[in-house]
Amino acid sequence: MRFYEYEAKEVLKKYSIPLPKSLFVKDSDSAFNAAQNLSTDVVIKSQVLSGGRMKAGGIDFANSPEEVKEKSRIILELEINGLLPVGILIEEKKKITQEYFAAVTYDGRAKKPVIIFSDMGGIDIEEVANSHPEHLSRTHFSAARPFSPFTAKNAVAAVGVTGRELNQLSAIVTNLCNLFLERDLTLAEINPIGKLEDGSIIALDCHLDMESEARNTHSALLAEIGVPEEDNRQSRPPTQFEIDAANVDAADTRGVAGNLTEFDGNLGLIIGAGGGSLTLFDAVRAAGGKPANYCEIGGNPSVAKAANLTKLICSQPKVDKVAVMMNVVSNTRVDIVARGVIKGCIEAGFDPAEKIAIFRIPGSWEEEGFALLERYGVDYVDRSVSMHEAAQRAVEKMKGI
Amino acid sequence: MPAMFISIAIEDSVHKDQELCNRLVSMCPVDIFEISEKSQLITVEENLDECTLCNLCIEASSDEQIKIEKLYRSDSN
Repeated sequence: MRFYEYEAKEVLKKYSIPLPKSLFVKDSDSAFNAAQNLSTDVVIKSQVLSGGRMKAGGIDFANSPEEVKEKSRIILELEINGLLPVGILIEEKKKITQEYFAAVTYDGRAKKPVIIFSDMGGIDIEEVANSHPEHLSRTHFSAARPFSPFTAKNAVAAVGVTGRELNQLSAIVTNLCNLFLERDLTLAEINPIGKLEDGSIIALDCHLDMESEARNTHSALLAEIGVPEEDNRQSRPPTQFEIDAANVDAADTRGVAGNLTEFDGNLGLIIGAGGGSLTLFDAVRAAGGKPANYCEIGGNPSVAKAANLTKLICSQPKVDKVAVMMNVVSNTRVDIVARGVIKGCIEAGFDPAEKIAIFRIPGSWEEEGFALLERYGVDYVDRSVSMHEAAQRAVEKMKGI
Repeated sequence: MPAMFISIAIEDSVHKDQELCNRLVSMCPVDIFEISEKSQLITVEENLDECTLCNLCIEASSDEQIKIEKLYRSDSN
């Protein structure tokens, strides 16, 4: 769940991270008033959940309330990556002498949080990592133990920062790490952190992402910064396909068959099991396939639930075939899912043998499931075929190989 | 849509044992059985394919009073 910049800055304030003065407004008249209350030079920032605001013209500068009003009007009507802003942030403009980058996220391979710090902020951090690796540090820490400021100091010092800057930046990074851990964030990024002419250091822009499942835990904070309960914070409004899949999942409490995200490909995916859905989605793409959707199925859904999801996916005009693939399952039963997908295909008016490109769910009750698939002529594989190989086969079948 | 995968046969003797009928209704984890207006044990067509093959109904009855048939098996039991 991503925060708008103005919300993220409210959160940073609670963690004593220094910020420029700013006011969030929703119309150009309020922007005029905000500019009068701030300073002569201000930055006008579009509040959209999208990157590339500067390039798109969503960030501009002004040095009088009249100019702020005029430019705010333009920015408020400016669509960025298909999104209109929910408002604008009017922020005092600061003279910056040096920019830094700090982010905390999870390193999936190390299975630990990691601090990424650079003394080359304000630009694309991947570019810094490629062109100037000596200006970027990666410092892992434990999510299970209290965070030590010494770790933050190491992260900052690793790129050669010393003296007063080291102390100030370490304090910011320490607070950012505490925020990350305490608020169940998946990303806490400040880019840039700016050093001002007087030597003080402030956060100029930030990006916070909270684990969606943690919303209830942090409902008080969300209410305080004005995030409505019904605001799902997706980067775009849900499509009808996604809404229908959510309804399928919500209609039956048994297991999971939903969490669907629509894509523009032609291979429908019914995937899941212990991280299997992400792996399989990537495997399909790596094999050159074009998924029509991402989804999650598992936790032993009922036959009806699996059938309804399958029927929904098969019914999309863009879906030529579906691939039913999971990691090795234990509590989800192969035969129950097999019944569901076969039934869903038939109810949608398709021959399962034609519509299902591949069925790869090994595990609990697989013998029963495979007997059923054989009966309906569905191409299936067992655990001797890896998830990547199964994805490859599905893509080949789509291409008629 | 009629059940595609599972068929359940109930022997006539079951209907005479109201206690068994009630037990079968309450023990089935996917609500396959119900008591009809005529106090007969019947199957709920839309739930038949949800049968988890737990065999609780078979164990609760005796002498093949309840038979589960897997319609996808040529050697169905």
